[in-house]
Amino acid sequence: MQLILFWAFALLTLVFGGGVVINRNPVASALNLVVSFLGLAALFMLLDAFFIGVIQVLIYAGAVMVLFLFIIMLFNLRAEKLRRINWPAAAGGIAVAIAFLSQVFYVVGRFKPAQQRFPPLTGSKIDDVHNIGRLLFDSYNLPFQIIGVLVLVASIGVIVLSTRQLR
Amino acid sequence: MNRLVPWYVLLSPLASAVGITVLFRRAKALSSVVSNAAVLVSFVCSCWIFLQPNISAPEPNWIDIPGIFQVPLGLTLDKLSKTMLVLVSGVGALIHIYSLGYMRDDEGKSRYFAALSLFMFAMLGIVLANNFIMLFIFWELVGFTSYVLIGHWFERDAAADAAKKAFLTNRVGDFGFMVGILMVWMATGSIVFSDIVPQMSKLTVNPGYLAIAALLIFCGAAAKSAQFPLHVWLPDAMEGPTPVSALIHAATMVAAGVYMLARVAFVIQSSQDALLVITWIGAVTATMSALIATQQDDIKRILAYSTLSQLGYMIMAVGLASNEAAIFHLFTHAFFKALLFLGAGCIIVMLHHEQNIWNMGGLARNLPITFLTFAVGTLALIGCPPFSGFFSKDAILALAYARNVPIFVFALFTAALTAFYMARLFIVVFLGKPRSANAKSSDEAPLVMLVPLIILAVLSTVGGFSFFARHFVVVPHEKELIIFVPALAIGAMIIGLGSSLALYRNQTSEPLDAQLLRRRFYIDDFYDWLINSTQELLARITAFFDRWIIDAGGVHGVTGGTWGSGALLRLLQVGNLQAYSFLFGLGIVFLIYFTIFR
Amino acid sequence: MATLGDYLIVSGILFTIGFAGTMLRRNIIIILMSLELMFNAANLSLVAFSRFHTGTNGLPNYNAQVFVFFIITVAAAEVAVGLAIVVALYRARQTTHIEDIANLKF
Repeated sequence: MQLILFWAFALLTLVFGGGVVINRNPVASALNLVVSFLGLAALFMLLDAFFIGVIQVLIYAGAVMVLFLFIIMLFNLRAEKLRRINWPAAAGGIAVAIAFLSQVFYVVGRFKPAQQRFPPLTGSKIDDVHNIGRLLFDSYNLPFQIIGVLVLVASIGVIVLSTRQLR
Repeated sequence: MNRLVPWYVLLSPLASAVGITVLFRRAKALSSVVSNAAVLVSFVCSCWIFLQPNISAPEPNWIDIPGIFQVPLGLTLDKLSKTMLVLVSGVGALIHIYSLGYMRDDEGKSRYFAALSLFMFAMLGIVLANNFIMLFIFWELVGFTSYVLIGHWFERDAAADAAKKAFLTNRVGDFGFMVGILMVWMATGSIVFSDIVPQMSKLTVNPGYLAIAALLIFCGAAAKSAQFPLHVWLPDAMEGPTPVSALIHAATMVAAGVYMLARVAFVIQSSQDALLVITWIGAVTATMSALIATQQDDIKRILAYSTLSQLGYMIMAVGLASNEAAIFHLFTHAFFKALLFLGAGCIIVMLHHEQNIWNMGGLARNLPITFLTFAVGTLALIGCPPFSGFFSKDAILALAYARNVPIFVFALFTAALTAFYMARLFIVVFLGKPRSANAKSSDEAPLVMLVPLIILAVLSTVGGFSFFARHFVVVPHEKELIIFVPALAIGAMIIGLGSSLALYRNQTSEPLDAQLLRRRFYIDDFYDWLINSTQELLARITAFFDRWIIDAGGVHGVTGGTWGSGALLRLLQVGNLQAYSFLFGLGIVFLIYFTIFR
Repeated sequence: MATLGDYLIVSGILFTIGFAGTMLRRNIIIILMSLELMFNAANLSLVAFSRFHTGTNGLPNYNAQVFVFFIITVAAAEVAVGLAIVVALYRARQTTHIEDIANLKF
C-alpha cells in the first residue's frame, strides 16, 4: 500500500515539477508548483515526518507560492511570447542536466544502504513536533535565534526594496 | 743601443701618426713637418742599417702559449728586407716632401699626414715582419690606411665609394690569405718563417694541400697587388690625392704583394701547380690592363692600369720561380712609376685639377722640367735602353722565353701595348697644341714638387745598371746576355711607339673607339651586378624572415594569442545568467566525475 | 515499502528538473520557481535520510529534520527578498525577460 502511495505521490511531484519548467504562462507554472509542493508534503508524511510535511504545506504552498502569485498578478504577467530559441545553448543545458542525472543514478545505484528498506520505528509514540521542538531549543538554539534575526532582516529588506522611489 | 735602430725605423712614423692625431690636429703646418721629420728619421736609420753587414734586433714575445701558438714580434734583416727598407722609406720620404707642396692648401692636411705616417709604419712593418701573423696584422693595417688615404676627400661620393671598394676587395683577399696562413700553421705548428723552412717536408708530403695553401696565400697578394679578378679597386683608387697614388699604388703597397710572395717563396715555390696558376694570372692581368689602358682618357687612370700591367709582370716572374727578377722589376718600377705619378700630379695641380688628357696638350712648352722627367719615366716604363725598365723587363722576358713560351708571347704583346699607350699619353699631353684654357695658361710647378721628380728621374736612369743595382738586389742574368730576347723586346717597343705616333699625332680627340676596352671588359659592371643581386637576395630573405616569422609569428603570434584567449575568456562573463548557471552545472558534473568516478 | 534509493532517485530527478529550469527558462519568476524546486529536492533527500538513520530509541534522526526546518525558513526569506528585487527590476525595466536586463555586454 505504502509503495503505491509512494509512487503515486512521487509521480505527481515529478510531473507537475516538469510542468513548472515547461509552461509558458507564469500563473500556470505557479499553480503547478503548488501541486508539486503538495505531493512533496505527502511524501514527507509517508516518511513519518509529519511536522515537516505540515510546515511544507503551510509555508511553502501557503506563503511562498502565494507571494509568487501576488507578484505575478501584480505585474499582470502574461504568457511570454516565444523568442528565438538558442538551440546550441539549450542543447548544452539539456546535456548537462542529463549528465548530472546519470551521475545521480550511478551513485545511488552503487550506494549500499540505498537498497535497504527503512527500519521500522519502535518508539512509543512518534511525537515529532515535541522531538523537533526539543532538539531545536536544546541543541540548535543559537541557529534558531539567528534564523529569527535573518527573517527580520529579510522583511526589512523587502520593505526597503519595494518603496516606490529608491532614494 | 745599436740593436734598437731597426725598431726606430718602424716606430718613428707610428709616433708621428699618434702625435698628429692626438696633439697636432689643429696645427696643420706642424703636422706636415712632424710627419716629414719622422719619415726622414726612418730613411736615415734604414740607410744606416743597410750599411751594416750583420744586424739583428731584439725580439719581444707577444703571444706565448707553449706548444700551441707563439707569436714573437721579430724583425727580419736580410738583404731583401734591408733593400726594401731603403726603397720604401726613401720613396716615402720623397713623396712626403712632394706632399708639402701638393697638399699645401688642403683643409684636411693633418688628417692626411697622420694617415700617411701610419701607412709608412704599416708598410715598414710588412717589410720587417718575421712571422705570418705579424705580417698579416701589418697587411691589414696597410689596407686600412689606404682606405683612409684614398677616401681623403670623402665629401666626394666617388672618393668614398672608391675607398670602400679598395677596402672590401682587399678584405676578400685577406680572408684567403688568413686561411692560407692557418693551413700552413696547421701543418707545421709554427708561424715564424725561419721555423717553417726546415719543416717544409710536412707540407710537401701532401701536394694538393700545399697547392691550396699556396694559392690562398697568393690570394692575399692578388688583392694587394691588384691581380685579376681582384684588380678592380686600383683604378678607382685614383680618386685619392696624387701623392697617395704615387706612394701606395706605384711604389709601395702594391709592391707589398710581390714582396710577400718573395718572402714566403719557400711555400710558393714548393708547389708547381700553384706557380702555374700564379704565372697565368699575372699574364692575364698584364695583358688585360694594357688593353684597357689604351682607351682611357684620365691621366691617372692610364697610369693606374699601367701599374696593374707591370704588377702582372712581377707576378709572372714570381710564378716562373724567379723572385730575383720580380724584385728587380719591383725595384726599378718603384722609381719610374713614382716619377710618372708625381709628374702627373704636377700637371694636374698646375692645370687646376684637370685630369682628362684631351683637355691638355702642348705642355712641353709650359712645364719643361716636368716634361723632361716625365719623358725619362716613360722611356723607362716602355723598356727603352739604357733606362732601368729595359733591364728589369728584359730579365722577365728572358725568363719567360726560357721556361714558358705562351707566357712569353703574352708578355711580348703586352710590352708592345705598353709602348703604345704610354706614347699615346705622352703625345696627347705634352706635344701638339694646348686644347684648353687651363693648358694654355699653365706654369711650371714649384720647386718643392720638382726636386723629388728630378731625384727619381736620375734613379730611373741608373737604376737598371748592375753596378748600381747589385748592391740592392740580386740582378738576374748578370753574366750572360742573350741577344734574341732583348731584340724582340726592342722590336715590340718600336712597333708600339710607331703605331701610336701614327695614330695620335696632331689629334684633338680620340680616334679609336673600342667599347669593350673603354668599359674595362665590363668586369666592374659584373661585380656591381653580382654584389647587387646577392645583397638583394639576402635583404629579401631577411625581410621575409623579419616580416613573417618574427613579426607575424612572434610578435603578432603573442599578441594575437593573448587577444584570442582574451576574447575566448570574455565569453565567460557576458552577464548572461543562464550561461553562468550552465557553467556552474558543468562544473558540478565534472566535480562529481572527478571525485566519484576516478 | 519504498527503499531509500527510490526516494533518493526521486529527489535527484526533481533536482535535475529544477536545474534544467534555471538553465533553460528566460523568465525570472520561473527561474525563481525552479530554484524552489531544487530546494525541495534537497529537503526530500534529507528527510529520507532522517527516516533511514533510525536511532537506538527507535525514532528517526531528527537532526536532519531540524535542518530541513531551517532550510524552509531560509528559502522563504530568500524568496521574499528575491521577489522584492524582481519588483524593483520590473519597475525599472518593465520586463522580466532575463536577456533584457543583462548590462554586462560582450
